[in-house]
Amino acid sequence: MAAADELTFHEFEEATNLLAETPDAATTSRSDQLTPQGHVAVAVGSGGSYGAEDEVEEDSDKAALLQEQQKPQPGFWTFGYYQSFFDVDTSQVMDRIKGSLLPRPGHNFVRHHLRNRPDLYGPFWICATLAFVLAVTGNLTLVLAQRRDPSIHYSPQFHKVAVASITIYCYAWLVPLALWGFLWWRKGVRERMGPYTFLETVSVYGYSLFIFIPMVVLWLIPVPWLQWLFGALALALSAAGLVFTLWPVVREDTRLVAVALLSAVVLLHALLALGCKLYFFQSLPPEHLAPMPQVSPLPPNVPRPSTLPQSMATS
Amino acid sequence: MAEAEESPGDPGTASPRPLFAGLSDISISQDIPIEGEITIPVRSRIREFDSSTLNESVQNTIMRDLKAVGKKFMHVLYPRRSNTLLRDWDLWGPLILCVTLALMLQRGSADSEKDGGPQFAEVFVVVWFGAVTITVNSKLLGGNISFFQSLCVLGYCILPLTVAMLICRLVLLAEPGPINFMVRLFVVTVMFAWSVVASTAFLADSQPPNRKALAIYPVFLFYFVISWMILTFTP
Repeated sequence: MAAADELTFHEFEEATNLLAETPDAATTSRSDQLTPQGHVAVAVGSGGSYGAEDEVEEDSDKAALLQEQQKPQPGFWTFGYYQSFFDVDTSQVMDRIKGSLLPRPGHNFVRHHLRNRPDLYGPFWICATLAFVLAVTGNLTLVLAQRRDPSIHYSPQFHKVAVASITIYCYAWLVPLALWGFLWWRKGVRERMGPYTFLETVSVYGYSLFIFIPMVVLWLIPVPWLQWLFGALALALSAAGLVFTLWPVVREDTRLVAVALLSAVVLLHALLALGCKLYFFQSLPPEHLAPMPQVSPLPPNVPRPSTLPQSMATS
Repeated sequence: MAEAEESPGDPGTASPRPLFAGLSDISISQDIPIEGEITIPVRSRIREFDSSTLNESVQNTIMRDLKAVGKKFMHVLYPRRSNTLLRDWDLWGPLILCVTLALMLQRGSADSEKDGGPQFAEVFVVVWFGAVTITVNSKLLGGNISFFQSLCVLGYCILPLTVAMLICRLVLLAEPGPINFMVRLFVVTVMFAWSVVASTAFLADSQPPNRKALAIYPVFLFYFVISWMILTFTP
């Protein structure tokens, strides 16, 4: 079995190099046509990584791919079109989540984990889970604070669910849209690698939000410096994943544009984490709450004097 | 009979026998009964549908639907791998349960609207849009359950949580305190587990085996949110 493992590892690398160097086959086909080249490229990759497991799975995978190549492409008004975005198994989703948790420098999330089969299941349900977990743990923080200080007035605060879900979904869908648009606009500068498709960008952002779920749960511990530590850790992991994924695409661009883009991505991510911390985890009585505090950008690696809002100093 | 088998039209024979002469000797010795009825007996059920559902009393109609709903409640409370809920789905039960739950989750208007618990419309929206989202998700993943069957199952499996809401309201009439909270937490947890197990028993078979967890997780999230709404209810 060790020899087979070695073989699968080498094939893996070659497949990803192939996918990176043939941008037409890999990425743009996804946006234009749904099936042929994209799925042919997948056959190499999926055969490599799943080869150690059941051969039955591999055969049925190839059989399914061949069938799909013969089917006509469904229009966007049919149900089958959207079904192709949910064409993932449990093991694939778990693998993608694990890949987002542990980013490595050469390890491009889109190439290694998505491999031309981006899905919308992960982003959608990770955002839903994050929104509900934010609201629930925010409420729990209020309960715990009330135990310590009975003067605080407890209320279920159900409106925070609405706020959380709107914020998370807007972030996870509008920011990838802007990023994809920007990369598409700068496409002419790059010779080698085409931009990622919109779905791949959404998938990358969606899976990168997964680490915030355990971070938010750990924020229940009412020790302030520990909360900031967890926040910084999760933000570093998540932003690193995004940067490592975007680096191969922007590195051929001018230096200014590359640096500006990557720092904007990290900044927005930091803003999201900070906004969540401040809005959902204030354990003050309602009279002292400032209405949605003015969040000043505070990226962890840029030393800049910033005016701290009142509530941040006391939370 | 031997005469009948001879071919009377044989050109070689110059016999003067008439055509089919032998046939006159054939006699049917037995009585083969060839008579009978060709009318299809009308089943009494058809007769019932013809005239009775329009003419029956309103009480009969309501009781029939209520009995169907009650039968499905029993299936939810004692979940077995059956497809009663799937075969004759109806949405009365989910509507009754959702309205009951939303009414019980109402609090007095003494609190400011912003900070309070879920309003009636919020509970309604969470339940129905949550159920629709889970159904669409399970169909997109390739499940072979119909839209309304899935809505029916998800709605009926709110029954244990509605019972938990009733119990919580009764428990909250007693004095508040940690024991009060522990009892409510225990009841809500048990009913949440019951809901998830009941809906899994009905829905799990409709998914392909390598995606079952993907389809069941949203159900878990859905009942978790409803349990959270019930647990945080304070009068």
